[in-house]
Amino acid sequence: MNTLNGIRAIIWKDLASEFRTKELLSSMLIFAVLTIIVFVFAFDPTKDIVRQVFPGMVWVCFLFAGILGLNRSFVSEKTNDCITGLILCPVDRSVIYFGKMTANLIYISIVEIVTLPLFAVLFNYRIPLKAVLPLVLVIFLGSLGFIAVGTFLSALSANARSSEILLPVILFPIMVPVILGAVQASAAVLAMAPAAEWISWIKILAAFDAIFLAIPLVLFEYILEV
Amino acid sequence: MKYDYETPRKWKYHNILAWTAFLTVSAALYLIFMWVPNEKIQGPVSKIIYFHVSSAWLAFFAFFVVMVCSIAYLKTKDLKWDIISHVSAEVGVLFTTIVLVTGPIWGRASWNAWWTWDHRLTTTLILWFIYVAYLMIRSAFNEEEKKARFSAIFGIIGFIDVPIVWMSIRWWRTIHPNIVSSGGFAMDPSMVQTLLASLAAFTVLYFYLLEKGIFVQRIRSQVELLKQRITEENS
Repeated sequence: MNTLNGIRAIIWKDLASEFRTKELLSSMLIFAVLTIIVFVFAFDPTKDIVRQVFPGMVWVCFLFAGILGLNRSFVSEKTNDCITGLILCPVDRSVIYFGKMTANLIYISIVEIVTLPLFAVLFNYRIPLKAVLPLVLVIFLGSLGFIAVGTFLSALSANARSSEILLPVILFPIMVPVILGAVQASAAVLAMAPAAEWISWIKILAAFDAIFLAIPLVLFEYILEV
Repeated sequence: MKYDYETPRKWKYHNILAWTAFLTVSAALYLIFMWVPNEKIQGPVSKIIYFHVSSAWLAFFAFFVVMVCSIAYLKTKDLKWDIISHVSAEVGVLFTTIVLVTGPIWGRASWNAWWTWDHRLTTTLILWFIYVAYLMIRSAFNEEEKKARFSAIFGIIGFIDVPIVWMSIRWWRTIHPNIVSSGGFAMDPSMVQTLLASLAAFTVLYFYLLEKGIFVQRIRSQVELLKQRITEENS
């Protein structure tokens, strides 16, 4: 129970400080919407080709907005040396990871809930009603994998001199399977393809999530070593 | 730091290793350019395979060494493991670059395309990015201890990630039509022998470069130490 309480406390702390300042979520949301605008200018929304690249655009938007949040996740703890306070908590180090990870997952989910309908409206893209449930599953698994690796590497890069530059460069090569799986699965789901076509992508996403949620159990304590 | 103020000496067997590397690489070059016949259809360009495959093997082996030494570093906190994984990653990135350069030259000649998004090519490209990221982590930290610890963590997860990347890209390509089928390269026994010889030569070359790189790193940390000492004495 101590573990769960610890995770809950860290999530609560992150969300409370976020909802008081709103600096992270507001910039993530504005940036995500700006990305949509950039895509509208880059690909003419009246053209038919947009239907084919729609899943790719959505994920690029999620990833770019997510990077903004991940960059701040551990850097913000360096003010007043809060990270030392967290390390001194009488809990396992991985509790800090899982708390931070869940908080980041909540931020990215809020961004996704807001931007996906906007995408559909601005690109005049009709998301089939039957596809909504599988799409939610794909987006959840994709975001979980992205945030799981992202939070881990954000804790790593937070110590660097220029962490904002370092994080995307080290994160994107590692999460190639997530990008590939999420985009392919979303495309198949949105095209109402038979389940056999996207179920294998769901499996690879789930496997990636499981592996990169298990790694921090072992390795996260080395990141927070003093 | 454990290295005191004495100049680091070369490894006892440095000369033996250097000569073995020189002789095996020369022998492999002789086999490749003088002895083995050209492949019937592709002609002289097929000789690239001996460099391409050997470099790929060397790079994969180097990255495996990075992972093993990263684990050893996290377990023991001995900086000598960190030096080995750093040098090994540098050698690995160099040879992955060679793979990525020789590949398109060969591909252009035999598939009539510089690049295809085939799973082998794509995974190699991602592999290159992962280990360039590893080297970037190293240059982003000033303190020796942090540099060693964080790059060791990345060295482990980078290597774990490679099979997943490989699997996902393979699934991606099987769903899409495969324009160019790679492989299908029936090899003559003499070609197999030459390939094995060049694999052996590249392996020795790897150990030579590793030993050389470790030596350079040790001299470098020696210089750092002397610099510190000078500033301390002046102040």
